[in-house]
Amino acid sequence: MTSPQGTLRPPVGTDDHVLGPDDAPITLVEYGDFQCPHCRRAHGVLPKVLKRLGPRVRFVFRHFPLAESHPNAVHAAEAAESVAAQAGEEAFWRMHDLMYDHQRDSDDSLDDAHLVRYAEQAGADPATVALDLAGQTYEERVKSSFMTGVRSGVNGTPTFFVNGARFDGDWTRVESFAAALEEVPT
Amino acid sequence: MSDASTILKAGTPAPDFSLPVTPDQRISLSDFRGRPVVLAFYPADWSPVCGDQLALYNEILSEFHKHHAELLGISVDGAWCHGAYASARKLHFPLLSDFEPKGAVARQYGVYREREGTAARALFVIDGDGIIRWSYLSPTGVNPGADGILDALESLDAGAHAASPGGAA
Repeated sequence: MTSPQGTLRPPVGTDDHVLGPDDAPITLVEYGDFQCPHCRRAHGVLPKVLKRLGPRVRFVFRHFPLAESHPNAVHAAEAAESVAAQAGEEAFWRMHDLMYDHQRDSDDSLDDAHLVRYAEQAGADPATVALDLAGQTYEERVKSSFMTGVRSGVNGTPTFFVNGARFDGDWTRVESFAAALEEVPT
Repeated sequence: MSDASTILKAGTPAPDFSLPVTPDQRISLSDFRGRPVVLAFYPADWSPVCGDQLALYNEILSEFHKHHAELLGISVDGAWCHGAYASARKLHFPLLSDFEPKGAVARQYGVYREREGTAARALFVIDGDGIIRWSYLSPTGVNPGADGILDALESLDAGAHAASPGGAA
């Protein structure tokens, strides 16, 4: 065993979806699932935390769709990858926000028809996204993100890593989460 | 008591047991001789943290199976409770009932919590010869994830390859 349990592997790299400066002293990684209610809750907290820390933090999102629990989660992740590949990282983050914002609209708010609609709103070509979903173009990419989470000690969604170490503290409140991030050794 | 001093360590023979997996069916550890077993003790069915832990293992069963390993969940809940829980959460691996005498197997493995009356959250990787090759006691309330288990299964495979060069794992 080469690293203690709960260590991010691989570290953040060029394949990742990153918000914030590369030289930020704090790197916050989330393993998330677009159909997970707890991740949706985190999505309400994170922007405030990131705003508070400003350029001191960069935020990274990796996919961890729990297919057995959330039947639309894998396609939601694949749709986000399709949008990113076509329309760039800013579109990826718009897609990420749209899926969380609409997660609870209805039972089918993350089915393929809705995903394609959000993708169009995010700035991607809906027909290409539909083809990518049908052809599972990004299945391997999403699965590989999931496996990096498993090997890093992800233990449910969302799981956060701060500067490479799993964060087992409370992320549900802006104040305490931001304070905990400030205290992490850099 | 369960703490880092009582949990059975790597190198110890795993105590055999025979426990109900359904109201009319039992499973013994020795049934799995010849392949690795992942034994996951957890405090209780239905508690949300356990749910996450077992749900995670349920998602990655195929990774355990790549190492020919069997995953067994074990808690002090009764077999009927396990049945309802497994069915509600669509779990595709057996849950063993350490119910009578309560927690007897957890005690043998050094992971029973007297005050709570439940097993601790503890993991064991047992090799095909019935020897514990890795064990881990998770801090209370912290779901341990699966990275330690997969690391241990990989070391087992590596060891098997080293012991029989050219042979199949």
